[in-house]
Amino acid sequence: MTAVTPSAPGTPSVVAPALEMRGITKRYPGVVANDHIDLDVRPGEIHALLGENGAGKTTLMNVLYGLARPDEGSILLDGKEVQISGPSDAIARGINMVHQHFMLIPVLSVADNILLGDETMRGPIFLDRAEAHRRIVELGRRFGFEIDPDIRVGSLSVGWQQRVEILKALYRKARILVLDEPTAVLTPQETEEIFAVLRRLADEGHSIVFISHKLYEVLAIADRITVIRRGRVVGQRLPAETDEDDLAELMVGREVQLIVDRGESHPGAVALRVEGLRVKDDRGSEAVRGVDLEVRSGEILGIAGVAGNGQDELVEALIGLRHPVAGRVTLGEADVTGHSPRAMHGAGVAYVPADRHRFGLVSAFPIADNVVLTSYHQPPYARGILRDEAAVEAVAEERIKEYDIRTPSANVPAGTLSGGNQQKLVVAREFSGDVRLLILDQPTRGLDVGSIEFIHRRAIAKRDAGAAILLVSAELDEVLELSDRIAVMYRGRIVAVRDGRTADKSEIGLLMATGGRERVPEAAAGSTA
Amino acid sequence: MSEGGARGIPSMGRLLRDAWSVLALPLISIVLALVVGAAIIYGSQLITGQPFTIGLPLEAYAALTQGAFGSFNAVVNTAAVTAPLILGGLSVALAFKAGLFNIGGQGQFLLGALGAVAVGVSFKSAPPFVAIPLALGAGMLAGAAWGFIPGALKAMSGAHEVVTTIMLNYIAIGLVAAMVSGPLDLGTSPNPITDDVGNAALPVLLGRNGHLGIVLALAAVTAVWWLLSRTTRGFEIRIVGANPDAARYAGMRPRFVLILTMSLAGLLAGLAGATVVLGVTRNMTASFNTSVGFDSIAVALLARSNPVGVVFAALLFGAMRGGAPLMQIKAGIPVELVDVLQATILLLLAADRIIRHALRLRGVRGGMASTETITRTYGGDVTAN
Amino acid sequence: MDPLIQALYSIPVAGLVFQLGGYLIAVVPGISPIILQAATPIALAALCGVVCERSGVVNIGIEGTMIGAAFVGWYVGVLLAPSLGGSPSALFGVTPALLIAFGVAVLTGVLIATLHAWLSISVRADQIIAGTIINIAAFGVTGYLDNLVARGSPVGAGAFTQFNPPRELAGIPVFGWILNMFLNQGPIVMSLIVIVVVLQVMLFRSRWGLRTRAVGEHPKAADTVGIDVIRVRYRNVMLGGVFAGLAGAYLSMEATNSFQQGMTAGRGFIGLAAMIVGRWSPVGALGAALLFSSTTAIGQSISIFPPSGQLGEILGSLPGQFYDALPYIVTIIVLAGVVGRSTPPAADGLPYEREATT
Repeated sequence: MTAVTPSAPGTPSVVAPALEMRGITKRYPGVVANDHIDLDVRPGEIHALLGENGAGKTTLMNVLYGLARPDEGSILLDGKEVQISGPSDAIARGINMVHQHFMLIPVLSVADNILLGDETMRGPIFLDRAEAHRRIVELGRRFGFEIDPDIRVGSLSVGWQQRVEILKALYRKARILVLDEPTAVLTPQETEEIFAVLRRLADEGHSIVFISHKLYEVLAIADRITVIRRGRVVGQRLPAETDEDDLAELMVGREVQLIVDRGESHPGAVALRVEGLRVKDDRGSEAVRGVDLEVRSGEILGIAGVAGNGQDELVEALIGLRHPVAGRVTLGEADVTGHSPRAMHGAGVAYVPADRHRFGLVSAFPIADNVVLTSYHQPPYARGILRDEAAVEAVAEERIKEYDIRTPSANVPAGTLSGGNQQKLVVAREFSGDVRLLILDQPTRGLDVGSIEFIHRRAIAKRDAGAAILLVSAELDEVLELSDRIAVMYRGRIVAVRDGRTADKSEIGLLMATGGRERVPEAAAGSTA
Repeated sequence: MSEGGARGIPSMGRLLRDAWSVLALPLISIVLALVVGAAIIYGSQLITGQPFTIGLPLEAYAALTQGAFGSFNAVVNTAAVTAPLILGGLSVALAFKAGLFNIGGQGQFLLGALGAVAVGVSFKSAPPFVAIPLALGAGMLAGAAWGFIPGALKAMSGAHEVVTTIMLNYIAIGLVAAMVSGPLDLGTSPNPITDDVGNAALPVLLGRNGHLGIVLALAAVTAVWWLLSRTTRGFEIRIVGANPDAARYAGMRPRFVLILTMSLAGLLAGLAGATVVLGVTRNMTASFNTSVGFDSIAVALLARSNPVGVVFAALLFGAMRGGAPLMQIKAGIPVELVDVLQATILLLLAADRIIRHALRLRGVRGGMASTETITRTYGGDVTAN
Repeated sequence: MDPLIQALYSIPVAGLVFQLGGYLIAVVPGISPIILQAATPIALAALCGVVCERSGVVNIGIEGTMIGAAFVGWYVGVLLAPSLGGSPSALFGVTPALLIAFGVAVLTGVLIATLHAWLSISVRADQIIAGTIINIAAFGVTGYLDNLVARGSPVGAGAFTQFNPPRELAGIPVFGWILNMFLNQGPIVMSLIVIVVVLQVMLFRSRWGLRTRAVGEHPKAADTVGIDVIRVRYRNVMLGGVFAGLAGAYLSMEATNSFQQGMTAGRGFIGLAAMIVGRWSPVGALGAALLFSSTTAIGQSISIFPPSGQLGEILGSLPGQFYDALPYIVTIIVLAGVVGRSTPPAADGLPYEREATT
């Protein structure tokens, strides 16, 4: 373990760190989430905290924010030791956090979201919305953006919601700002814009902790980088003295092959053809507005796009969960437009859902029941109206072995498995049998590197075995890594299709953000998204 | 919650441990409720101004037990009181499995009774093997119809069954009164009453009132158990209850399953009503009413929605209801003490976390059936599109 | 009768609608105070639902809370009336015993609500089941105690009386009956209007309202800005208990001066329906409650003074029980029509727990 000295090379400093965490240890039953972690952040510094999912970054920040109590260690602000009892205490001490999943309330206005918890009052009872309005507009201008405080947060784009989160912190006069994976849901362009805002904040003397597992981002924005792995600090670097390979090795602990070799694809006949498809979302507005696309057997078509541009509705229409209002879906030669989930499944469509807890698994039920979730009604798992539990258990044992699902038995509830193993269970069910079209919706979100690699390899094997694969992911990197062709989806339409091997990342990013037209003026983006 | 049956033959120790983990909380709740009941009995002596008797709770409980099991006829009577509770408990338990909360047992019971009486009276002179099945069938159908309505309302509009079934209970009370004082009234007395069901009456198999309904209730237990654990339809019911979205993706039709389950729940409660009018009262007055609907909720909760558990939970409350009149006579404690005991048991089950913590119980299962989707569907988002 | 009206009334089928309209115009001003009275317990129950659910706690136990408050208030009156005596005041017929009994009734509402809060928030029991258990418990306990108490055929502390507005006010053309509707009332009914207005303003303009709605929509977001989610929810459920307690007190101390078992008659549940139909806003809830209570009052009016003519024949042929069941039937129909378009707070019914993330 590397001890961090206040005078790390490169940036000599005489000021006390704005924040210092010493020897923080946090244990949960069966796991040490933080093991004697040291971290210091200087005034005006952007300090990146780099680590895999589950390395202990979030726990450390929860300790800082008073959401978790450390078992050992101390926290110093401006050189003085403090006890942080909870979020309000942290806020009072000038620490603010922008969470990975935004802590914004969609039905409330921007102003109400910013006010909440630290309300500007007129008298003891009522809010002073006029004053708050004035202060928010002023604060936004200071950091280079115009925002309408009366607009409902739910109608803003993700990039603007991010700004609201930052405004929320600034409104509370934050000195130390923690951003937890702030770019996970942003396009490359939005990421650049946020980086500009962060740089400006740091120049004004704010200290920023930037949590990420994306190497290039950390290299682009940070003044210093601290890497943690399995709850321990494994190294500290300055961006000028390191590169992606070095950081990746530190982060993962072994030399990793960052990209699974997708190999050559051999596309065959068109397996899925979508023509002029229109689908409405839950609120009745058209989310898919005339999509045309083709996926051939033996190829992976990746759909890139910022979340909420109609991908969910498109996928739900393809698996039969949503009835299209217009257009045609053809599978091979058969028209399957508007068929039920069961009919789609019977036609050879398999689906790995983005939200496995919602669609993929019944967590309270045993693994065995989950393995036959879509085929429980067919022989050999059912004879007439009766279930054949022996057959169900036999196939479950088989899948557990084949997909290396770590479990004591096929009879434990699926919800007791780790996230990676739960996803393997879904993959085991959906990849098995006669699959013509495989739809992967964010198949690796929130998983550890090992599980991601496993699922990527399986997907490529399935492609090579002749399945047509439609991959939807908000992680542009994942789309770029796996796809033979990439379609960019923007506001319910496919705006461009590129070859997966020659696609240019920044071009795709621009297409995701703007749909390929001239860039929308900044001020308008907030109100139109 | 583990749904799959464990295979192989478990050891005796394992069996005992499993039994304890399942039974501990219900048993502890029952014992604690009796203690609370004793405190209430002491308290009620203050209200009535009786001389303070230290042994009154024991006296009351002894009378309660004697009333329930003190003689052959008492046991048979307890069984007869238990039978509709078993059917009602199955009704609530089955609905729980699909994530539905059937508070409408009362209305479904009343409709079942009404249907059975109406058909029973019409066929009072037909041979029993014709009259009885027809009357029972009419009761089940009427109950199922009264269950179908909230099921369909929930599936189609998202109106939560907790509100609609309560409304239907009140409507059922009105409907019974209207029918009995209207078309079904015999007209022989100023207080409206229906004719006797004659040959449609259930045969008495045992003692004074050990009627066929007891056998029907036990048969229903087997049927519900079989449906839930052996059939694909039962699998669908359980999956829809545990995760309606996953059910939809898996090609099940949650709306259909909800309507079907609620209709079956109504059928069971309707059967309960039919057995009571055909086996016990043999006619109906305009003010005919029942506490079976709400007792059934207690039965299902105590039994954790397990069909076999329902038998024992129903027996407990059936014994209380059966023995309460003797308690009132001998100890002067109103029969409503049973309601208080029942409510206390439920409160203790709901507060299971606290009890487990206070008594340092480990490896003991929670007090309530797994019912997580009931509140989740409260806002009407039962099945998107 | 006016020949035009006569002509309208005689149109087949549609004429019935005109006849009904004419009947309502004739009857509603007279029964308007009754409509508001019938709406009061429903609206108060709905307000209880609004403050609970806006903070994310589903309270099905309103009915039980009402019956508990109604019984305890009445019984305290029974105990106090003989010793505290005193003649009723001219305005509202207040006696010391009645006032104390009223206070205890409201307090009982708060206590029962606190039990629900504890089960739902701290124990994290399923909130609908916890509420149902509270209903069963409240009906069981009040039934048991009422049986003990009723043996002595006791007399309570009386009831609040109605204010009699000056005749000149009620006599104002067109608006007179509306003034009469609000003024010819007892204190609980009168205060309902004030409560609804205050609550509406507070919910959308005050710090309490903002925090309440935040906690009901996204408790974790509220937690991260330092709002104590558990405390907000307890406070709101207990405040809801005040309204349910008022509703109970209204039943046993203003609408009547006695207690009957099951006297809430599903009004707590109709209140929940009113809350949903009124989209979780106080004013909307009052409107929905008025809609439901109008059907009760008009139903009663039809069975007492049936309209004349063809309409009267049809309505008269329906059994009386139909009019008793009318509010329940209307509740189901309206609820089924509205519920899909009425969105509850996003975190409604979900217990909050800080998760132990790694």
